[in-house]
Amino acid sequence: MGHATGGLVAGTFVAAFVEFVEALTIVLAMALTRGWRSALAGAGCAALALAGFTAVLGYALATWLPRSVLQLVVGALLLIFGLQWLRKAILRSAGRKELHDEDLAFARRRAAGAQAEVRQRFGLDWFGFVVSFKGVFLEGAEVVFIVVTFGINAGNVPVAAASAAAAGIVVAAVGAVAARPLSAVPENTLKYAVGLLLATYGTFWSVTGLGALHGGASLVWPGGDWALLVIFAGWLALSRLLVGALRRAPGSLSRQPTDEAERVA
Amino acid sequence: MRMIRGLGRFLFDFVVGDEWRIAVGVVAALLIGWVWLAAGAPVAAGVVVTALLMGSGFTVTMLREGRGRRK
Repeated sequence: MGHATGGLVAGTFVAAFVEFVEALTIVLAMALTRGWRSALAGAGCAALALAGFTAVLGYALATWLPRSVLQLVVGALLLIFGLQWLRKAILRSAGRKELHDEDLAFARRRAAGAQAEVRQRFGLDWFGFVVSFKGVFLEGAEVVFIVVTFGINAGNVPVAAASAAAAGIVVAAVGAVAARPLSAVPENTLKYAVGLLLATYGTFWSVTGLGALHGGASLVWPGGDWALLVIFAGWLALSRLLVGALRRAPGSLSRQPTDEAERVA
Repeated sequence: MRMIRGLGRFLFDFVVGDEWRIAVGVVAALLIGWVWLAAGAPVAAGVVVTALLMGSGFTVTMLREGRGRRK
């Protein structure tokens, strides 16, 4: 398994895992307050819509854009997206942003589900259906974005999609057994790791794709694919320095922050 | 029209997120790298400098945010 394929499998699986954990929280809250049938119907319809979205977007991008343009545009999008994840993880590690609390999110959704009025459509509780659909679709859209951008540039959308689907199956299976939010999953640590991976591959591919503006052919990094390891180390070191700097600056939350960066390292 | 505008806003929020300076930093780094390469810089140097510019832009954005209030 090459660097790109290994990173592809790990990145898409972990990213999909954390997003599906959040989607599970929403679906569970609706299932327990509005009924399983409507919640599962909403989640199922969203999964179908996401699969179609992935196929159309992936085919369109891979078919219409030349290789180097694809690397430049999709790589830059992947980098921007990954840096947003990394930014939030750094802010959380430095105590400048609250950690994501799955139990709290679950309690809020349950309260909203219990208060909403009952309205039937197509034999389903419409509130439960719509909230489950939107939850799964919006969380899943991030997964689709990563699967398509990562998969196309690594030249293997099917592997990316299979990794994401595997993560979805694992989350659904564990959620079905536990019948409660998976709050023990270290979501913030996983998001930190995904942010680092996306930033690494986004940097590699977007800079490679600069060749589209410079003669047409993709540029080659010194050291070839091994440059990925150096880029990863660079983003990791930079994020650690930023966590330290932001933690020392005034304005951090009073409690001791969770240091995801140390766990990733 | 409203639907297209709504879709555009959704896509912007989705990709760019709540810190648009990160996206600006990435695009600026790529533009500078391209101009430098077009001016005749060696490819290896252009590649490395562009990546360093990306890291620098992200650093400036984060430190600037660090001076603001916590979220």
